[in-house]
Amino acid sequence: MEGDDIIEVRDLEHTFDGFAAVRGISFTVKRGEIFSFLGPNGAGKSTTINILTSLLPLQKGTVRVAGYDVAREPGRVRESIGIVFQDDVLDRDLTVRETMEFHGRLYSIPRDERRRRIDDLLRVVELGSKRDERTKNLSGGMKRRLQIARGLMTRPEVLFLDEPTQGLDPQTRMRMWEYIRQVNESGTTIFLTTHYMEEADMLSDRISIIDGGKIIVSGTPEELKNALGEDVVYLETEDDRRAREALRGIGEIRSVTESPRGLSVTISADGSHCLPRIVDAVRGAGIGISSVNLKKPTMDDVFVHYTGRELRDTGV
Amino acid sequence: MAWEFFTVYWREMIRFVRFRTQLFASLLQPALWMAFFGVAMSSNLDRFASAIPAPSGVFSVDYLTFMGAGVIAMTTLFTSLFGGISLLFDKNWGLMREMLASPMPRTHIMLGVSLSGMTKSFVQVAIIMAFGLLMGVQFFPGFSAARIVLSILGIFAFVGVFSLGFLLFSSTISMRLESPEGLQGIITLLTLPLFFVSNALYPIQAFPPILQALSIYNPLTHLVSGVRYFAIGSDFFAVGARYTSTTADVLASFAYLVVFASVMYLLARRTFQRAVVT
Repeated sequence: MEGDDIIEVRDLEHTFDGFAAVRGISFTVKRGEIFSFLGPNGAGKSTTINILTSLLPLQKGTVRVAGYDVAREPGRVRESIGIVFQDDVLDRDLTVRETMEFHGRLYSIPRDERRRRIDDLLRVVELGSKRDERTKNLSGGMKRRLQIARGLMTRPEVLFLDEPTQGLDPQTRMRMWEYIRQVNESGTTIFLTTHYMEEADMLSDRISIIDGGKIIVSGTPEELKNALGEDVVYLETEDDRRAREALRGIGEIRSVTESPRGLSVTISADGSHCLPRIVDAVRGAGIGISSVNLKKPTMDDVFVHYTGRELRDTGV
Repeated sequence: MAWEFFTVYWREMIRFVRFRTQLFASLLQPALWMAFFGVAMSSNLDRFASAIPAPSGVFSVDYLTFMGAGVIAMTTLFTSLFGGISLLFDKNWGLMREMLASPMPRTHIMLGVSLSGMTKSFVQVAIIMAFGLLMGVQFFPGFSAARIVLSILGIFAFVGVFSLGFLLFSSTISMRLESPEGLQGIITLLTLPLFFVSNALYPIQAFPPILQALSIYNPLTHLVSGVRYFAIGSDFFAVGARYTSTTADVLASFAYLVVFASVMYLLARRTFQRAVVT
């Protein structure tokens, strides 16, 4: 194993019937971190996760997970990982306990150990009271929690989470984030895919933005946002043209453009310190201001900046 | 030790007893065949058959007894051909990925499903035999207790191998198909010739030569022969024809079924090892 990298992917390519779903990506995931693949649907996230988890055969490139080559030792890789699939992958007619039991048996966990882990994990995800309930009677959040518990049952080195909070309500989503953090703090490396900006931003140690089968940019959420280096102040004034003149003297202002939301003033320094002077300058010129809005860069801005497209969150 | 297939078996059996309607239907259906088709046919055929009397000294059985073996075979055939369908649902619901992404050898998926299907056939066959005896089927005529036990074991051995063969076949097509409708179509297409070009309901002695030749290659014919040998005897007369079989004949039939099941196993293994389900 090379250093601390628990996942190493080099020049990965994958094609379905002539359609290139993954087009040459390379990245590494460090042991113990939460690493996110952020991108729109169809960006190649699921394909990548399917290759990394040995569900899809490797076509081109090299992939090592937990120290094993996915193409040469898929069995070893399977023993080392846990997966929470994108959609609810639960047998509707098994109970919560049976679902866990089935999984534990698939991995040949000895009976007593299996029982103990089931009890522990169901307590952690707060499903202890539902153990004899059939999974079809669980709520969406409970189903997802059960799947996380199941994914953790084998004490995997890496837990793959494919869109873990897709379709969940905001409150349940926050709880899921807590669980994921908890799992990570206990030492499990997390690889997650998401198309939710805040999810990637809130959870990840590092993010790769993926679009059209390629990694566009990688870094910590801070790095990615700072790379934009720009705070934006939105000003609505009585006279945008004259206000624009009035702002000429302020050195930190990089550009001023007129937009439907008023003037958008891009600032190269920390916007909150610059804001009072902007207001003073406009007022000083005798122009009334009806609204002021300071916007720090978000992951949305990062995404738009690097891909030239918006990734609108439609799930919530 | 690789016992993971038992996990798959365990889940299949949970589902078998949990779906009450399905369970009930699968147990009732063969009994209904016996009760309606069996009674209706035997009341007719026994009338015609009396025109051809049994040669003296040859033990003669009525149509219901003759057909009892056929119903055992038919039920096993239907149940086994449909047995793979749970794989199709697992695949479509995404559940298959959990198994494929686990370290369990992939052949265990088909083994677990097939063994559970075999168990279901055993339960059905036991019910048919019990129900049949109640209805007056003359199985095990004048047999000693030891011979009855041995005969039942023989019947189960035949049913077991036969059902495994068709379950593995069903698993193979289920893995290759996308929709349950497709599987249903293939099964319907297969059951008709398999069922009617066999000795399940009538003697093949009167078939045209081509059908007769075909029926020899039909696994169902061999299953029925085996069941009749164990349930009725090695020499009997029914529906106007005399049936004699030697131990060698029965062993050959059994060997044929073993070969059939083995070929199906190899086919299924190939399919499962190459399966990509995402």
